[in-house]
Amino acid sequence: MAVQKVDMSVDLGFFRLTNPVLTASGTFGYGIEMMPFVELKKLGGVVTKGLYFEPREGNPPPRLVEVTAGLLNAIGLPGIGVKAFIRDILPRLREEKATVIVNVCGETVEEYVKVVRCLDEAEGIAFYELNISCPNVEEEGRCPALNPQATYSVVSRVKKAAQRPIVTKLSPNVTDIALIARAAEEAGSDALSLVNTFLGLAVNVETRRPKLANVYGGLSGPAIKPLALRLVYQTVQAVNIPVIGLGGIVTGYDALEFLSVGARAVQIGTANFFDPQATLRIIQEMEEFCREHNISRIEDFIGSFRI
Amino acid sequence: MEREVCLVQAKILEKYKWGQYILFYLFAPEISKLAKPGQFVMIRVSEQFIPLLRRPFSLMSVDPSEGRIAIFFQIVGRGTSRLSQYSPGESLSLIGPLGQGYSLSVLKPGDKVILVGGGRGIAPLFFLAQQLKEKKIRVMIFYGGKSAQDLPLKSLIEEELGVEELVLATEDGSLGEKGLVTEVLERKEIWPRIERVYVCGPEAMMRKIARMIEVWGVPGEFSLETYMGCGLGICWSCVRRIKKANSWSWVKICEEGPVFPGEVIKWEED
Ligand SMILES: Cc1cc2nc3c(=O)[nH]c(=O)nc-3n(C[C@H](O)[C@H](O)[C@H](O)COP(=O)(O)OP(=O)(O)OC[C@H]3O[C@@H](n4cnc5c(N)ncnc54)[C@H](O)[C@@H]3O)c2cc1C
Ligand SMILES: Cc1cc2nc3c(=O)[nH]c(=O)nc-3n(C[C@H](O)[C@H](O)[C@H](O)COP(=O)(O)O)c2cc1C
Ligand code: FES
Repeated sequence: MAVQKVDMSVDLGFFRLTNPVLTASGTFGYGIEMMPFVELKKLGGVVTKGLYFEPREGNPPPRLVEVTAGLLNAIGLPGIGVKAFIRDILPRLREEKATVIVNVCGETVEEYVKVVRCLDEAEGIAFYELNISCPNVEEEGRCPALNPQATYSVVSRVKKAAQRPIVTKLSPNVTDIALIARAAEEAGSDALSLVNTFLGLAVNVETRRPKLANVYGGLSGPAIKPLALRLVYQTVQAVNIPVIGLGGIVTGYDALEFLSVGARAVQIGTANFFDPQATLRIIQEMEEFCREHNISRIEDFIGSFRI
Repeated sequence: MEREVCLVQAKILEKYKWGQYILFYLFAPEISKLAKPGQFVMIRVSEQFIPLLRRPFSLMSVDPSEGRIAIFFQIVGRGTSRLSQYSPGESLSLIGPLGQGYSLSVLKPGDKVILVGGGRGIAPLFFLAQQLKEKKIRVMIFYGGKSAQDLPLKSLIEEELGVEELVLATEDGSLGEKGLVTEVLERKEIWPRIERVYVCGPEAMMRKIARMIEVWGVPGEFSLETYMGCGLGICWSCVRRIKKANSWSWVKICEEGPVFPGEVIKWEED
């Protein structure tokens, strides 16, 4: 007999998600912008746009350009800053009963700590996602995610300060993802999420100039899915903490690929731009798959990949 | 930030094609009821991943009683080329209405306004003129392009909008007056006491008009174009320098625009 109701909840150890589908930071605004399309409480969680302590302007345009089956962005992390978020946005998200995950940024290790301390004072946040792909002003603009020592240093400092669990978001622009993943685990990160965008370049051949004002940009969207999946799989094998997978997910099948290799949850990014209801559709498609395959708990599917 | 916006499948009712310009009438009752001139829709031009992102198009005509809207576009690249291949009977995924439109509430019956549209920039002004007509505002339209082929909406404007004066301008002189629409606007004897000027077109044209009407001392509203990743305010890609509280900041055009008063816009130089 076919399964009627699928248990879609997944346990991250420190938090139980009602379903494995979260939004990816920077692709869903602060959540409330998407209320005309998505009932926020139906999502596993809403990951906010990256927040620094102060408001930030971001890069000059053009900030985004479409490439084959993906896009290249150099938005430059603009935002309203953590205080305005707590004052103006968080109460609305709470009203909507959304599971809120705040993506935390910093130009220095001190700034990450400051943002987290400020957020710790506020109610209605499930956990934090540490964006360690921010340029660090003390390291000549290099981001901590590219180096195991720098990763260890920022994660351990934030972990000591934070009263909520932290997920460290890794960059794919490294030669050995396992090395960075273990550094974050040793530093006390409660979970990992990956991937952030792949560094890329697009040229306007008419003008022989870069298509983005910032020259380089981060590649996201369907184009990166196999690359991301490989990195997620390798990370799952390297650590003992939960891994959240993302990169190019557009359908329920895409999401299931990530779960099969051991991701306990997924995030949906670029897909929101062209299909604002992508998250809800993906949850439905996963549930459908489980029913058709007699899987009564989505957790039973996680890590089912065999070589 | 709460707003009324719909995600709909809209059936194409009619299609007209003039060279590289296309006009679609679509059945989208929800959007037709909410739409204001200057607002736009985001259209998914392909169910596949190429092109991936939706494309923004101004609402060119709206008829809430019939549930119809229209978009008018020029084929300039992959997305618009794909869009031009759709036929009546097929459906398109639309999100809208989006953005803030032109302001009409400042006007009263009998007021005189000028609309200046360059090429495909005529689209939002057509819808604006429909509403100005209902409000009994006196309208003069300047419609310019490179040559006669770039002014395909001429007949429709004459038939449907009942404007007091339609001035056509082409760079090659093949239709209407010869020259850039800005030059014609400068030469032409325009009415005294213009309340407002509404503009949409290429950046250089809009910038010139902004300088011109500043000298005249007439307020103007301009519809800006930027690359839009989402149209929904969630990607932060569509920014322009806009003056806010006396300083220039990057403002999301899809949320706070695309229409802005001339005095708050920082124009891009060539
Ligand atoms: C608010 C708004 C309303 C618009 N309304 C209309 C309309 O009513 N009718 C109409 O014909 N067009 C309109 N446009 C422009 C239209 O969206 C672009 O022409 C279209 O997105 C190009 O897509 P493409 O895939 O064909 O071109 P691409 O292959 O993406 O690019 C082709 C060329 O167009 C340029 N381009 C791409 N996107 C834009 C853009 N958004 N703005 C300026 N240049 C661009 C590229 O740099 C390139 O040179 C509007 C744009 C905005 C922002
Ligand atoms: C426009 C844009 C903005 C982004 N902003 C952030 C951000 O603020 N913080 C962050 O950690 N990741 C950010 N990302 C990365 C995404 O969260 C995600 O890691 C990446 O896009 C890969 O997923 P996708 O292919 O599903 O989009 C951004 C991505 C895009 C496209
Ligand atoms: S187009 Fe995405 S924020 Fe404006």
